[in-house]
Amino acid sequence: MTLDVKRSARKTGRCARILLLASLSLIGFDPGRFEPFQNPAPKASGETWPIDFQKDIQPIFEKNCYACHGSNNQLSGFRLDVKQRAFAGGNNGKAIIPGKALESPLYARVAGMGGVSRMPMGGQPLDPALVEKIRRWIDGGAYWPETVAAGEIKKHWAFVPPKLPAIPKVKHAGWAKNPVDNFVLSRLESEGLSPSAPADRVTLLRRLSLDLIGLPPTPEEVDAFLADRSSRAYEKQVDRLLNSPHYGERWGRVWLDAARYADSDGFEKDKQRRVWFYRDWVINALNRDLSYNQFIIEQIAGDLLPHPTQDQIVATGFLRNSMINEEGGIDPEQFRMEAMFDRMDAIGKAVLGLTINCAQCHNHKFDPLLQEEYYRMFAFLNDSHEANIAVYSPAEQMKRAEILRRTREIEADLQRGDPGWRDQMARWEQEVSASQPEWTVIRPAVDDISTGGQKYFPQYDGSFLTQGYAPTKHRVKLTVTTDVQNITAFRLELMTDPNLPRNGPGRSIEGTCALTEFEVEAAPASAPDKVTKVKFAKATADVVQAEKPLEAIFADKSDKRRVTGPVDYAIDGKDETAWGIDAGPGLRNQPRKAVFLAASPISNPGGTVLTIYLTENHGGWNSDDNQNNNLGRFRLSMTTAPDAAADPVPQRVRDILAIPREKRTPEQVQTVFGYWRTTVPEWQPQNARIAEIWRGYPEGTTQLVLQQRDRPRETHLLTRGDFLKPAALVTPGVPAFLHPLPHDASWKNGQPTRLTFAEWLASRDSPTTARSIVNRVWQAYFGIGLVATSENLGTQAEPPSHPELLDWLAVEFMDQGWSLKKLHRLIVSSATYQQSSTVTPQLYERDPYNRLLARGPRFRVDAELVRDIQLTASGLLNPKVGGSSVFPPAPSFLFVPPASYGPKPWTESAGDDRYRRALYTFRYRSVPYPMLQVFDSPNGDTSCVRRARSNTPLQALTELNEPMALESARALAEAAILKGGSNDEQRLAYAFRRCVARSPDVRESAELMSFLRKETGRFSDGELNSWDILGGNPALAALLPQGVTPARLASWTALSRVLLNLDETITKE
Amino acid sequence: MSCQDHLYRNLKPKEVARRWFLQQCGIGLGAVALSSLLADAGFAADNAPADPLAPKKPQFAPKAKRVIFLFMAGAPSHLELFDYKPQLAKFDGTLPPADLLKGYRAAFINPNSKLLGPKFKFAKYGQSGTELSELLPHLSKVVDDVAVVKSMVTDAFNHAPGQLLMNTGTMQFGRPSMGAWVTYGLGSESKDLPAFVVFSSGKKGPSGGNSCWGSGFLPTVYQGVQFRSSGDPVLYLSNPPGVDEALQRDTLDSINRLDKMRLNATGDPEIATRINSYEMAFRMQSSAPELMDLSKENAQTLAMYGAEPGKPSFANNCLLARRLVERGVRFVQLYHEAWDQHDHLVEDIAENCRDTDQACAALIQDLKQRGMLQDTLVIWGGEFGRTPMVQGGNNGRDHHPNAFSMWLAGGGVKPGFTLGESDDLGFNVTKDEVHVHDLHATMLHLLGFDHTKLTYKFQGRDFRLTDVHGNVVQPLLA
Repeated sequence: MTLDVKRSARKTGRCARILLLASLSLIGFDPGRFEPFQNPAPKASGETWPIDFQKDIQPIFEKNCYACHGSNNQLSGFRLDVKQRAFAGGNNGKAIIPGKALESPLYARVAGMGGVSRMPMGGQPLDPALVEKIRRWIDGGAYWPETVAAGEIKKHWAFVPPKLPAIPKVKHAGWAKNPVDNFVLSRLESEGLSPSAPADRVTLLRRLSLDLIGLPPTPEEVDAFLADRSSRAYEKQVDRLLNSPHYGERWGRVWLDAARYADSDGFEKDKQRRVWFYRDWVINALNRDLSYNQFIIEQIAGDLLPHPTQDQIVATGFLRNSMINEEGGIDPEQFRMEAMFDRMDAIGKAVLGLTINCAQCHNHKFDPLLQEEYYRMFAFLNDSHEANIAVYSPAEQMKRAEILRRTREIEADLQRGDPGWRDQMARWEQEVSASQPEWTVIRPAVDDISTGGQKYFPQYDGSFLTQGYAPTKHRVKLTVTTDVQNITAFRLELMTDPNLPRNGPGRSIEGTCALTEFEVEAAPASAPDKVTKVKFAKATADVVQAEKPLEAIFADKSDKRRVTGPVDYAIDGKDETAWGIDAGPGLRNQPRKAVFLAASPISNPGGTVLTIYLTENHGGWNSDDNQNNNLGRFRLSMTTAPDAAADPVPQRVRDILAIPREKRTPEQVQTVFGYWRTTVPEWQPQNARIAEIWRGYPEGTTQLVLQQRDRPRETHLLTRGDFLKPAALVTPGVPAFLHPLPHDASWKNGQPTRLTFAEWLASRDSPTTARSIVNRVWQAYFGIGLVATSENLGTQAEPPSHPELLDWLAVEFMDQGWSLKKLHRLIVSSATYQQSSTVTPQLYERDPYNRLLARGPRFRVDAELVRDIQLTASGLLNPKVGGSSVFPPAPSFLFVPPASYGPKPWTESAGDDRYRRALYTFRYRSVPYPMLQVFDSPNGDTSCVRRARSNTPLQALTELNEPMALESARALAEAAILKGGSNDEQRLAYAFRRCVARSPDVRESAELMSFLRKETGRFSDGELNSWDILGGNPALAALLPQGVTPARLASWTALSRVLLNLDETITKE
Repeated sequence: MSCQDHLYRNLKPKEVARRWFLQQCGIGLGAVALSSLLADAGFAADNAPADPLAPKKPQFAPKAKRVIFLFMAGAPSHLELFDYKPQLAKFDGTLPPADLLKGYRAAFINPNSKLLGPKFKFAKYGQSGTELSELLPHLSKVVDDVAVVKSMVTDAFNHAPGQLLMNTGTMQFGRPSMGAWVTYGLGSESKDLPAFVVFSSGKKGPSGGNSCWGSGFLPTVYQGVQFRSSGDPVLYLSNPPGVDEALQRDTLDSINRLDKMRLNATGDPEIATRINSYEMAFRMQSSAPELMDLSKENAQTLAMYGAEPGKPSFANNCLLARRLVERGVRFVQLYHEAWDQHDHLVEDIAENCRDTDQACAALIQDLKQRGMLQDTLVIWGGEFGRTPMVQGGNNGRDHHPNAFSMWLAGGGVKPGFTLGESDDLGFNVTKDEVHVHDLHATMLHLLGFDHTKLTYKFQGRDFRLTDVHGNVVQPLLA
C-alpha cells in the first residue's frame, strides 16, 4: 500500500504528500512513536480533499477490520471486504448508512460512541484522523467503486515479488558511482537535500575495514592505502578485505544472531553443548561466498540433499540452535514443541523477514497468514530426530579415510592369501545362525519415583528411550508380570538411537553408558510380597572392556576408585564397578548386549512378578554439567533356553546375515568379513595390526543436527498453540499469500519434503527472502534498514525509506547469483556509503536516524567488535579462525550459585586463546559473557535480526576497568614504546593511529602529551606504584626493553587506557 | 537479553535530536556544562529531555512509586506457610479424590500419590487475625501491614518456565521482565545507580537465569543489573590495580576532553551521551560502595534485619533493598532460591524461614518507620505452590500450579487483609482467583498504569506485560 502511495506522493505534490502521512498513520503512527520522516502532521479536520475509497478507506478496513470481518472470519455475520456484504450489514443490521455517518453503526463503533463496544475489538482505538476520514467518507455518500472488490485489494508491497525498478534520473548524475546512488540522490533531491562530501581516505579505510572484516586497519595498512594513488586503490582494498578470512567472522556473527547461536542449552540446567562446527560452517560458507539461496537450503535441509557432505549436515545445526529444557519434572514433548516454535520464529525472522509466530495460536491478526498455514509449514520441520552426531575436522576426516583404507588393504591381503575364505565364512555363518536362543521381549512398567527425574519412553519395539533430565545416579525399578515358566536368563540390549549423543547407546556426552548393577527379583503373582532375589550364575556380553578408571568428567567427589570393565561388574554387588562398553575409538557407539544367566530357572505356576533394577551410579556429582553416564535406549528380554549367552556377533552383522547371500552388496560382504576375520585364530597377527590402526581413530567432536525420521510423525494444528490440544491433522504446505511450492525432485512419494520447503524459502519467487537479507545487510552498514523493522516486512512494518532501492537491491542480488560478496561490493562502492558522517545540527534535527542518507553512517560498533578493536589496537589479537569456543577471563562468581543456578565450568583459556576474536567467546545463555552483554550482544534465547545500541555507564565501567581492557592497554603501551618511533610525539601518534587509524591533531596531541607528562611524574615519584598497573610483577623488570623504565611503561599504559576508551575508538565513522 | 527494537524507537525525533541534553536527570556534567559543550558543537539546547531513563509520569496518580520483589525461587509450600488445611491433616495418608486429578499433570510424582497433612502449626495473628504458620514468627508481628493472597494460580509447573511467567508474563524466553517494564514506564529517579537492581542469595541462582530480569525486546537500558552483596557490587566497579582515584579522574577528564573535540568535529550528539555515561560511571564508583557499606547502619537496624556487614545474606540484601529504594532505585528484586522441597520438607522449609522471615518483616517495619511503606510496594512469593500429595516418602511435595500463596505490603495495598481461598486440600482455588497476569495488572495499577496501555511495539504489534490477559485485583487495593 504505502509503496504505492508514496510513489504518487512524489508525482502529485501536496495532496499526495498528505496521503503519505495518512498512510503513515495507518500503521499505528502516533506522536509518541518513532516517525520515519519529519513532515508536519495533518490537521484532523478542515481538510477539503476528496476521500478516495481505495486509497483512504479500504486500507483502514484492511488493516483494522478484515481480521474479524474479512474473507476468513465474519464475526457477527459482518463482512467488510466485499461491497455488497458491507452494505448489507450483519446480524445487527446495516452498518453503513450512506450520507449519514452519525447514524451508521460502523462509524459509531470505530468512534466509540453510544455505549456500544468500540471497534476494533480488543485493539487500539483508531487514530482520530482515520475515524474522521471514515466519517467524511460516509457523509460524502460512502462511494465504493464497483470495480474495487476484495480480490482487487492491492497486495501489501512486501507480498509481491520485487521487480527491477527503473533507475531514477537525477540532477547531479556525476555524484553517482552506481545505481544505489541514483535511488538515494533522487530522494535527497526531492527532499531538497544534498549529499555530504566524501569521507577522507583514512576514515573511509577504517569504515571499510570495520564493515567488511570487523577489525580496524593497522597503521601500515593505512599507509599502504594512502600511498596507493591508483584509480583502483579503493577497489583493491575492497578485494583484500572481502578475501580476508576475517570477512566470514564479521558477517558470520551477524547471521549467528539470527541463528540464535549459543554454546549452551538454556533453561535451568543450561548445559554446555557442542555446536561450534555450525558456527564455523557459517564463517566458511560466507568466506567461500556460498550463494545465499544455497546457504539457506543447506541450513534448512542440507541433510536431505543427494549424498550430503558432513558440512551440509552440519548446516542444519541452524534449526537445532533452539534451547533444550532438561529440568527435572518436565515433559520433553512440551519443550520439543517449544523448540519447534522457536525454529519457526527463526525462519520467520532470519529468512522470510516475517513475523509468523502469531499464527501459532490463531490466524495472524494483520498479515494474511492462517493458523493452519503456520502448522503446514511446521509440518515440514516436525518429522525429524533431534540428532547429535559425531563430526570430524578435515584432518580427522583424512585420518579416518586412511584407517579405513589400511584396514581394507590388510583384509584384501587376507582374502588373497586364502582363496577359500568365502566357503569358510559361509560355514561360520551357518554355525552362528543356528545357535541363537529364542528371546521374549519384556515390556515392564517403570516406577516413576525410581527414575531420578529421567523420563523413560516406551518405543514401538519394546525398548525404552530415556530423555529429559539426566540424573547422574539412580536405580530404576521396572516391573512386569509374566506367565512364562522356567525363565533361565535375561538379556539387556543397549540400542543406538539418533536422539542420543553420537547415536548412543548411552546418554553420556560421548553416547556411552555404564551399568553399575543388574538385579532381578521374582515373586509369585499370587503372593507378590514373597520376593526372592534372583541369583546369577554368569554374565556374558558382546563387548569385553578391560577394567579402567572412570573418566574425569564422572568424578563424584567420593574418593572411591570407580571403574568400568567386563559385564561381571554388573552382577558383583559392588557400587564402584560397572559394566562398560568402551570398545575404543570409533567403536564406542555401537549397539551392545549382555545376557544374565540365572543360577536356577524361575517358575511360578500362577505367573511371576519380575522386578528388574538397573543401577546407574557411574555418573559424576553435578547433573547440570553433562556428567550423566546413563543408558540411553535399551530393551529387556528373557528366555527359557538353557545356557544362554550373549550373541558375540554384532547387530550390524546380524542384520546383513538376515539378507539372502546372493542379495548382499560387496560392502555388506566386506562388513561380514570384517567381523568374521576376528574369529579366525590364524589371523590373530593381522587382527592385532588392524586393532592397532584403529587405536588412532580420531575422537572428533559432536554437533546438533536434524535427521529425518524413518517413522513419520504426524502434525496437528494445536489449539491455542497448546501441545496438549492437538486439533486437525495437517499436511506440509505453505501460506497461500506467498509463492507456491516448487514441484521437483525434492518431492518424495508424492509429498513435498523439508528440502522442498527449503527450496521454497530460498526461491527467486519469494517476495520477502531476498528483500529481507539485503535489508539486513543495509542495516549493518547504515545502522538502520531501508525497512526499519528488519524482522518484519509484513503489513505492520514501517514503510521502507527507499522502496525502489530495496527492490532494486533484491533483484540485483538475485541476478548476481545471490552472492553476498557482490552485494557488499556494490554497497561499499557507492558514493552513498563513502560520504562523510559529519553532521550539522540542522541535518541532525531534520533526519536523526540518517534515513535519507544525506551523510555517511556513524555509530558504535557491535559488542564483539568493541573487544576485537581492543585486541587489534593492542596487538594481542590471535587471528586464528574457527575451532571450539574459548573462555577468556570473566568474574568467577558469575558461574557459581547463587549468581547462577548451578556451577558452570569456566576454565580460563590459557595462552593465545585469551585473545581470540569475541565471536569465539563461549556463550552460556543463562550467564552471558558480561563484557558482551553490556554492549548489547544478544544471548541467543531467540532469533535476533536487529540489535539494540545502548550507551550506558556500565559500558564505561567495563571499558575502563575490565581486566582484558587493562591487558590491552598494557600491550598497546608496550607496542607504542617499542615500535612507535623515536620520540614521544611519534609514539603517541602511533598508538593513536592503532586505535582510530587517523593521526591526532595538534590539540589532541597536546591534551594527551599533557596527560602523559603528568602521569609519568606521578609514577616516577612513586606516588603510584608502576608495578600495580603493569600486572604487579617486578620480575617483569628483566623483560623490559633497554631504556624502558617501569614508570614509563606504566604511564604509557595509563595513556593507552585513555585511547582505548575514546568514543571514536569503538565507533565506525 | 538484548534483541529489541531500536533504542530510540519510542522517542520523538525532536527528543532524539536532543537526547544528549540530560540535565533533567541531573546526571553527568550538569546542565550548564553540557549545554556549553553542545553550544560549542553548534547545537542549540532545547527543553525536551530524551534520556530513556529520565523519570516519567505514569498514566494516573500512583499509589506506589517503587517495587521490592522478594522472589522465593523454587516455589515455597503454601500448605506449610499461609494456607492452613485442617482437612488435609485429617486425610493424611489417604488417596486424593479421583475427580480432583482429572487432567492434572504433576512434574515428578504420580498424581495419584497419597495426601500429606500440613507439617506445621498455624495460628491467627494481629488485629486482622491473619492466619500464619509457626514458621513465620516475625511476619506475624507485622501481619497487619500485609495482604496475604491465598488464591494465586499460574500456568507453569516447572521452575524455569514458572519463574519466567512470574517475571515476564510468559513462559517463553525473549520477553521483557516486569522490572524492565516498570523502568520503561517510569524511568529512574536514581542519579547514579541503575534503575533496576537484582540480588541473589541462597543455595542456587534462579532457574530462569539472566532472562528473569532481562529487557527482552525493550532497549537494554531497562534490563536489571545484578548486584553482588560482597566485593564489587557492580561488575568492574573498582579501578583496576594501580589506578587511584586521581588517575581515574585524570583519565576521565582526558577522555571527555578528547570526546568533546570529536563531538565538535563530527556533530554526533551520541558522543555527548557517552561523555555523560562516563561521568555517571565515575559517580557510581563512589556511590555504589557507599550504598553497600552497611556499617553505616545503626546496630538496632542491623539487629532488626539480622544483617551482618560483610557477610552476604538475604538479610543483608533486604537492608540493601531499602537503601536502594531510598536512593531512587525503581525496582529491586531479591532472589532467594532454595524452596524446592521435594523431600526434607520439614527441615529445609524451616531453614528457609529462618533465613528470610526476620528480614522480610524487618523490611516492612523499616520502610514503615521511614514513611516509605506507603509508596513502596513489597511483594513476596515464588513461581508456584506445592502439591497436597506427598513426594519421596513422607516429607516432600511436588510442584503445583493450581493454588499457592503470596503476600503484598505497602504501596496502596489493603493492609491486614487476606484474599482468596483454596479448597479443603489446598489443591484448587475456590474463591477470588488471582492469576499471575492479575498480579502484574495490579502491580502496574498501583504504579499508575493501565496495564493494557503500557505497551511497546515490536514485530508489528503492541506488546505488554500482561499480553492479552490480566485484571486489576480490586479487593487488594487500599
